[in-house]
Amino acid sequence: MKLTMASSPHNHSHKSVSKIMMTVMAACIPGILVQTYFFGFGVLIQLALALITVSLTEAAVLKLRSRAIWPSLSDGSAWLTALLLAISVPPLAPWWVTVIGAFFAIAIVKQLYGGLGFNLFNPAMAAYVLLLISFPVQMTSWSPIQEIVTQTLSLADQFAMIFTEATSQGVTLDKWSTSVIDGATSATPLDSVKTSVSQGYTVTEAMSYIGFGEIAGLGWQYVNLAFLLGGLYLLKAKVINWHIPVSFIVSLGLASGVGYIIAPQSEPGTLFHLFSGATMLGAFFIATDPVSASTTNLGRLIYGAAIGLTVYVIRQFGGYPDAVAFAVVIMNMAVPLIDHYTQPRTYGHGANS
Amino acid sequence: METLLEQIESGKLWQFPGGIHPPEQKAQSNQHPISRLPLPEKLILPLKQHIGANGSLLVNVGDHVLKGQALTAPGTNWSLPVHAPTSGVVEAITPMPSAHPSAIPELSIILRPDGADKWIELTPIRDISSLDNAQLIEIIHQAGIAGMGGAGFPTYVKADSPKPIEFLVINGVECEPYITADDRLMRDHAQQIVSGIEVLQQILKPQKILFGIEDNKPEAIAAVSAAAKHNQDILVRSIPTKYPSGGEKQLVKLLTSKEVPSTGIPADIGVLVQNVGTLFAIWQAVFEGKPLIERVVTVTGNTISQPNNVWALLGTEIKHLLDSQGFSPVDAQRVVMGGPMMGFTLPSVRIPVVKTTNCILAPDNKELAIPGEEKACIRCSACADACPQSLLPQQLQWFAKGKEYEKLEEYNLFDCIECGACSYVCPSEIPLVQYYRVAKADIREQKLEQVKAERAKERFEARKARLEREQEERQNKHKRRSPSSPAKAAEQEKVQEALARVKDKQSDKSAVQAAIARAKAKRGENGELEPDNSAIMQEREKRKAQARKYKEAKTEQVSSVDQKDAVAAAIARAKAKKAAAQEQVSSDQAPEDKKTAVAAAIARAKAKKAAKQAEEANDNTAEPSEAVQSTGDVADPRKAAVAAAIARAKAKKAAKQAEEANDNTVEPSEAVQSTDDVADPRKAAVAAAIARAKAKKAAKQAEEANDNTVEPSEAVQSTDDVADPRKAAVAAAIARAKAKKAAKQAEEANDKTLESSEAVQSTDDVADPRKAAVAAAIARAKAKKAAKQVEDTNDNTLEPSEAVQSTDDVADPRKAAVAAAIARAKAKKAAKQAEDTNDNTLEPSEAVQSTDDVADPRKAAVAAAIARAKAKKAAKQAEEANDSTVEPLEEQQSTDTEQAQLDTQTPEARKKAAVKAAIAKAKAKKQAKEQEGNEPS
Repeated sequence: MKLTMASSPHNHSHKSVSKIMMTVMAACIPGILVQTYFFGFGVLIQLALALITVSLTEAAVLKLRSRAIWPSLSDGSAWLTALLLAISVPPLAPWWVTVIGAFFAIAIVKQLYGGLGFNLFNPAMAAYVLLLISFPVQMTSWSPIQEIVTQTLSLADQFAMIFTEATSQGVTLDKWSTSVIDGATSATPLDSVKTSVSQGYTVTEAMSYIGFGEIAGLGWQYVNLAFLLGGLYLLKAKVINWHIPVSFIVSLGLASGVGYIIAPQSEPGTLFHLFSGATMLGAFFIATDPVSASTTNLGRLIYGAAIGLTVYVIRQFGGYPDAVAFAVVIMNMAVPLIDHYTQPRTYGHGANS
Repeated sequence: METLLEQIESGKLWQFPGGIHPPEQKAQSNQHPISRLPLPEKLILPLKQHIGANGSLLVNVGDHVLKGQALTAPGTNWSLPVHAPTSGVVEAITPMPSAHPSAIPELSIILRPDGADKWIELTPIRDISSLDNAQLIEIIHQAGIAGMGGAGFPTYVKADSPKPIEFLVINGVECEPYITADDRLMRDHAQQIVSGIEVLQQILKPQKILFGIEDNKPEAIAAVSAAAKHNQDILVRSIPTKYPSGGEKQLVKLLTSKEVPSTGIPADIGVLVQNVGTLFAIWQAVFEGKPLIERVVTVTGNTISQPNNVWALLGTEIKHLLDSQGFSPVDAQRVVMGGPMMGFTLPSVRIPVVKTTNCILAPDNKELAIPGEEKACIRCSACADACPQSLLPQQLQWFAKGKEYEKLEEYNLFDCIECGACSYVCPSEIPLVQYYRVAKADIREQKLEQVKAERAKERFEARKARLEREQEERQNKHKRRSPSSPAKAAEQEKVQEALARVKDKQSDKSAVQAAIARAKAKRGENGELEPDNSAIMQEREKRKAQARKYKEAKTEQVSSVDQKDAVAAAIARAKAKKAAAQEQVSSDQAPEDKKTAVAAAIARAKAKKAAKQAEEANDNTAEPSEAVQSTGDVADPRKAAVAAAIARAKAKKAAKQAEEANDNTVEPSEAVQSTDDVADPRKAAVAAAIARAKAKKAAKQAEEANDNTVEPSEAVQSTDDVADPRKAAVAAAIARAKAKKAAKQAEEANDKTLESSEAVQSTDDVADPRKAAVAAAIARAKAKKAAKQVEDTNDNTLEPSEAVQSTDDVADPRKAAVAAAIARAKAKKAAKQAEDTNDNTLEPSEAVQSTDDVADPRKAAVAAAIARAKAKKAAKQAEEANDSTVEPLEEQQSTDTEQAQLDTQTPEARKKAAVKAAIAKAKAKKQAKEQEGNEPS
């Protein structure tokens, strides 16, 4: 009888890369829904744009590299990149912003390094950094929270805004924003606080500004809460380890706490930092990207803490309102070094009790 | 702070990192008591079923044996006997596919049960307190007990621990899914297991005995606890179910908080681990007097209609087990020996149950899905989280793919226990363990290469020194010859030169000697040329640990007889048949030239066939050791010289090819020296002495190799010019008989390795019966010594012993040419075979020394024969390897054509041929030089 030969082990956990990616994407859903609720359908339009772009880009590059397209595309990693990028760009940003970002993430950051598993940098964040540096205006123009505007944009107008950069009546995003809320801001709470503080206002004054909620800005805090929820699910599903998110949050919390104690006037406080901007998204969904993160447990703690600290430093002293993308990309570079110095002690080596 | 002992007594358990929880799948097979199988039709008993050496055979084909009768006797070096599992008749003793992932053939006894199942007389012991440790250990040894948890380490060695044992750990964890053999054994025979523990307790006197059982076996825990109630030192510990808690290192950590040092064994930290199956076997051996002849095997999987545990006689074919429990195979059926995590798939169901077989798993393709395609690593580190050894499997995988061996070692690859947890959790389905296995093998091989390169360098230096010396000698000779000294004086001069060479070699100044001394100094041995057996043992013991996986059983005997003496031919034929005989080449006697040619043709055909068989084997290596005896009265010195030169060149070439292979194998190092100018018996004696020295050296080198193979030791002695042929023939026959005996002993000796050591004696024209007798005596001594060495080895290889005897009373050049042609054909064949292989090979390192002014054709013939044998051997070794490829000997053909021309030679033509031969020799030498580092000199 002919028997089939195989190498041990003969059993498998039935985990797969695509399942992991799908789980992460599923965990993003609460965040996306909340974001859509506050910022409009633009979020979903950007998501669709990004998904289409990455699929086409990945397929094209794989074709160029003479690789099978579907096996790589179906692992879901490109789609997850698209998703993370799409929820990071402003919902009403022009279409080409997202397309350029998605293309760059896949073609340059991921595939040019050799595809999944070989990229040094987190593709979504590297693309975000590219966009932020190249198109600062578009990338910082968040539409006002829908709850506080006097008049919402219709779906058609959002489409028009994204694809023609103006509504059907020819109103641009900037004009529309100033028209619907008193005073002009399309900036995020982080941005506003930063600007106000730099203009000599105290944080309390800045916080009382319209558009701010109780803790970290209306809308934003709920978006962060939703991503926290998704992140906890990922932890429970054992898709990610606790080390990076916990050390990230603790480090950011500690740094902002210390900052608040030293300079309460110019420092919005720990909770504000934790629940505004991309903190939770970064802690659970971005910094934990396995490919570009540290791989040892101790290394992960260091990596997460370093990102948290960098985020705080850039938010507080740097030129950009938010810093998750920068912090992640910077620490990506340090990963090989961290990994090298944080090898766990192998059984039977070293101290014996 | 509590002491460790107090903590342990209080029931504290420690943790090891990582681990996984695969589906347990144990309920299918642990519901019923262990059942008995009907007697199988035949039993296949590999001589080696454990880690260590074979025992030596005690039975012959056709013998009737009783149940429990020892079939092999253990020697030294961790060898264990095997016993007849039932009464019956020994049907055959031959290599059979073994219980190994590659099913490498292993010398096995095939037993046909007679149905009576009659026990041999047993000597059970009632009260063990009357026995001392040595007696108990002897009982355990003679019962053939090896670790039954899977590794198969001889239990008597462990029981005889030179280090004090603080904690005796009993492994009843059985963490592998599906397997319930230990579970069931503990439930059904807890009392006996506890008695077995008490035997070890008496021997080792540990402070405490920690009995670890996973908490998914509550019945077993209850049974063992009840059975051990009376013994306060036995602490039964229920440990959390997690794979691989049953790993030795993990269990030691769990129960004692200690970690086994990276390169050490548990005894280093005062711990000894024994499996429950082993303890049951100890109980049986001591209290019932029964040797280890059966074991519990779990037969399970979805394709088995009645999964259960069975008592399977060792040697029972897996097919019998499967069929007995109702087996309905699916497409792409896998049959795993062992569990789903660490077991290996069998290539055939015709594999016997051995001492380490704990489970036969025949899953369908749903319960254990066929692995998907390997995807890119996403560095998720799930593997690192699962690793019980705290390794970084993901990093190791990158290094393994990049062949960064230093990095691999830096990341502690060799601490990997190959538990498979990393592969199990890998979302990309990367066969991580397989990468590590390959990388480990590569690293071992690379280290071996380094050792080889070093040795080759030494050889090269020695050779260079020798060549320079030879050149000097030749120049001196020319100088002295110029005043046209008489032939006699020239001859005397040659004798003196030969003697001087020998002396030179023996003196410390000689480069060869220096090389040997260097090598020895490295090993910290004394400077004697004689092989030191104790040193060998040490070396071997070290090697043993590395060498487990490679096995080879191959016996090959090529005997080519080309002589007028019918008796000698008959003896040779008988010998060839006797020797395990997969391959046999024998050529019949031929009184005349034509007949000789016919015989040669037959021999060639057989050689081809033999080669084919050898080729089909994919084992690690077998090396033939051949003893070549040639007594040739070749009339034309020049032709003989040419033939010898060609043979030498070929041998060199073959050696080179073999060397280029990179493998798990070993190298025979042989020193062939042919001193052709020998004019009288003294010279012959000198030549013989040199040959002996070389053979010894070769043997020593072989010993020093840490490969799986063993090498032949050959002693070539040629006493020429003996006046009385008949007496010489008698002497030769005696020598042959001894060689045969030696070979047999070797065969019975330990495991995988059989070596033949043969003493070759060529008695040509024996003038004086006394001389012949002396020669025979020497040959006998050699054979004995060689046999002893062989017996002491425990390597994985079996080497055929070939006795090539060619006594050619060739009267004229034509016969010599025919002989040379046969040799050529064989060499060519061997080369071809070598070419076809891709493997782990060995390298023969041969030192061929030729002194060119051949005065006596007969001696040249002897030299040629030796060279031929060597070439053959080298080729065979190469062939049997399975890795890197070896290259063919192409240049041989050119020399062949030259040689062919010699057949019809006029004196002028002969001169031309001689010139050509010289050119060929020079080429061969040049090539050898190019090879430098690798080239054996």
